[in-house]
Amino acid sequence: MPFDVYLNVAIGGILTGLVYGLMALGLSVIFGVVRVVNFAHGEMTTIAMFLAVLLFAAFHLDPLILLVPIAAVLFVFGYALQASLINPFVTRPEHSQFLLLVALAIIITNALLIVFGPDARSVQTSYSLDSFQFGRIIIDAAKVYAGGAAVVFALLLFGFFRFTLLGKAIRACADNYTGALVVGLDVRRLYALTFGIGAACVGAAGTMLVLVTDVTPMLGPAYTLLAFVIVIAGGLGSMAGALAGGVLIGVTEAMAGLLFTPSAKSMFVFAVLVLVLLFRPQGILGKRLA
Amino acid sequence: MMLRSLGPASWRSGGLIAGLLAAALAAPWLVNDYLLTVLIIILYFAYAGQAWNIMTGFAGQLSLGHAVYVGLGAYVAAALFTRFGIAPWIALLAVIPVAMACGAIIGFLAFRFGVTGVYFAILTIAFAEFARVGFDHWDLVNASSGLFLPVKQYAHNDLWLLRGDPTMFYYVILAATVLAFALCFALRRSRVGYFWLAIREDEQAARAAGVATFRYKMYAVMASAAVTSFAGVFYAFFYNNLFPEQVFGISRSIEIILGPVIGGIGTLFGPILGAFVLTGLAEALNAGLAAFGLDLPGAKQLLYGFCLLIVVVALPEGVWPPLARRLGVTGVGK
Amino acid sequence: MTALLSLSAVSKRFRGLVAVDRVSFAVPRGIIFAVIGPNGAGKTTLFNMIAGAMPPDDGSITFDGEAIDRLPADEVCRRGIARTFQIVRPFPALSVEDNVTIGALLHRRDVGAARQRAQALLRRLDLFDLRERPASTLTLPDRKRLEVARALATEPQLLLLDEVMAGLRPTETDRMVAILQALNLQSGLTVLLIEHVMRAVMALASRVLVLDHGTAVAEGAPQEIVRNPAVVQSYLGAEAP
Repeated sequence: MPFDVYLNVAIGGILTGLVYGLMALGLSVIFGVVRVVNFAHGEMTTIAMFLAVLLFAAFHLDPLILLVPIAAVLFVFGYALQASLINPFVTRPEHSQFLLLVALAIIITNALLIVFGPDARSVQTSYSLDSFQFGRIIIDAAKVYAGGAAVVFALLLFGFFRFTLLGKAIRACADNYTGALVVGLDVRRLYALTFGIGAACVGAAGTMLVLVTDVTPMLGPAYTLLAFVIVIAGGLGSMAGALAGGVLIGVTEAMAGLLFTPSAKSMFVFAVLVLVLLFRPQGILGKRLA
Repeated sequence: MMLRSLGPASWRSGGLIAGLLAAALAAPWLVNDYLLTVLIIILYFAYAGQAWNIMTGFAGQLSLGHAVYVGLGAYVAAALFTRFGIAPWIALLAVIPVAMACGAIIGFLAFRFGVTGVYFAILTIAFAEFARVGFDHWDLVNASSGLFLPVKQYAHNDLWLLRGDPTMFYYVILAATVLAFALCFALRRSRVGYFWLAIREDEQAARAAGVATFRYKMYAVMASAAVTSFAGVFYAFFYNNLFPEQVFGISRSIEIILGPVIGGIGTLFGPILGAFVLTGLAEALNAGLAAFGLDLPGAKQLLYGFCLLIVVVALPEGVWPPLARRLGVTGVGK
Repeated sequence: MTALLSLSAVSKRFRGLVAVDRVSFAVPRGIIFAVIGPNGAGKTTLFNMIAGAMPPDDGSITFDGEAIDRLPADEVCRRGIARTFQIVRPFPALSVEDNVTIGALLHRRDVGAARQRAQALLRRLDLFDLRERPASTLTLPDRKRLEVARALATEPQLLLLDEVMAGLRPTETDRMVAILQALNLQSGLTVLLIEHVMRAVMALASRVLVLDHGTAVAEGAPQEIVRNPAVVQSYLGAEAP
């Protein structure tokens, strides 16, 4: 196969990977601060995807515009979820928290299945079939927009955590729970805020994902696993790592789909997970574990 | 195993077990074919849940990909039967080592490299997914088209080849469940069982007390895998068709854990009680929906999700421990 | 007479912070040896290295004539060193008796025999009446004695106690001191203890090592240590015995 094809597919993988990375970023933020492993992460992404499909069908608004309202809706959802259901579980044993989110994941997936049915839905925008061409490189316009939006959103998030007071307060909770309490931070509210932010990432990522793939309720579990592999591969506690991991997985997936059969690409994603766990358990950009 | 002084709690527990056993043995004469099938499904999940309990309830290693052992057991036994006519009981000689090997690989990867807790659970999910996709593309077992066992009309039940009517299957799974219960009862009181509990409670403290944690965690995973694999063999010969998506799918793994979690992780009666509660509720739901002429795929799973949610939030020990205390039978089924 | 435990130039660094700096000492068989020092002096790190919870960066640790510095914690316990934790770690959901039985099962195959040994130890440590209770329901002093019981069940030659008196009232401290003295005298158990509670150190130890900022500042009999000016300056300060 000509080299161009590999390059095109790889670039497409990078762009899709950036969107995956944004989704995983949400997971990383939630885990990094609240220390809860969000097993319903992929399912929340699927909610966002369905919202995008619905709103597009109803109002014909471009997903790039829907990005903001959907992220906001998911933010509220995440905030409410943490504040009401998950907060009491922060001090419960790990597997208890995990099972709570497993339950939520099951509920979300099957509620979506009942409401929307198992068939795939998609969004056809005016630029769905467009592509950009630079010499011999051809890239889907949709992927470019999606990847670009993901990067912008991620940069905004970096900025928030780095430069705003609220962002620093959240990082304080992550570093030292008791210390944060002692200096008077309302940790529970900050946790809810963080979960909301993580959910907003998922909302944005999900909206972007409808530009590049079809939507079914069963995507939930697949994306949860994907998000976890990305976070582990990229490095726990590293926001840049989530994006880097996303790109790695996006490229792996794309190349595997090209070189082998498309339906087998998740096997390679899994292989990446095993390799990372074996040889670099802290991930690409993660801090070394004790 | 020492017999402790038989107090009233022991008498009540013994009575409970004896009563249940008697009812179970008489079941085929008491219920119709449909309900018998429901009981078979209940016992199937009670068995698989008990097997899962060995690893998660006793040793504290959370497995969310247990379907991989069921699937391996099912496919190995089915393939050996359809290609070489090998009886399922002989096939166990291949099924069990394969399942144990798979468990050993997962265990080694995880325990050697310090993958614990939630990350271990994710690793188990990944393995099940890997198997699902792998078998979906493996022509030797018909890939996604499915592997089918020949079903002929048999004049009489063939226990050796596991061909026959529901009553035969019922007694097979009942026997398996009883044996699994007995096995777990014995394990819990054995030296291995104590070490597993220590590991579950506090692995570092267990090491400080001399427990060889790596070795015993491996034993737990491999034992659990071996016991679970028989469920796969049963599945293959009862349903007579295997699809990778059905057998290895994440829903299967979740179904396996629901019984023990709802019944009570780490208890002996938990998986059985949980299986009864869940399947009972599911059947009630189906009947309710049918009465309204509705057919909602996903309704059963949704119900399961809510049951799990309620138990995790309100009954963290599961349904069995509070019930046991009410019945005055604590200490034996724990 | 060779020492039961000897450390030679043992060091441990955590990313630039030197927690333990070339510490050497020897613990003869049958004595009670105390390690004292201000907080952050490296005492628990030292214990963790001896017990196999973390390997030293430099130096060697010898127990009963064999090097143990690279061994994992469970192997070290099998060789005869048992430890307690600064923050007690019983097996919470298991009964008091089960907790100690697990320790006893290290050197016994038969569960029944292990239980009997556990019960004997529980009697010794005044916990027999609580044996059916889940460990999580015990008070702090009881939990401390439970940890000691569990450690003893592994039939150690050397017992490492990490601030076992912390949080105990004076009467409870005296009780624990009495138990440890009895164990030392009757079964020749060698004890290495980290302690802040000077009352216990003076009552129990025949030899004391003082650690400050990771280095060994002084070693000797308790009476000498207490009068050593360097020690007084770094640690004892206002608390004159």
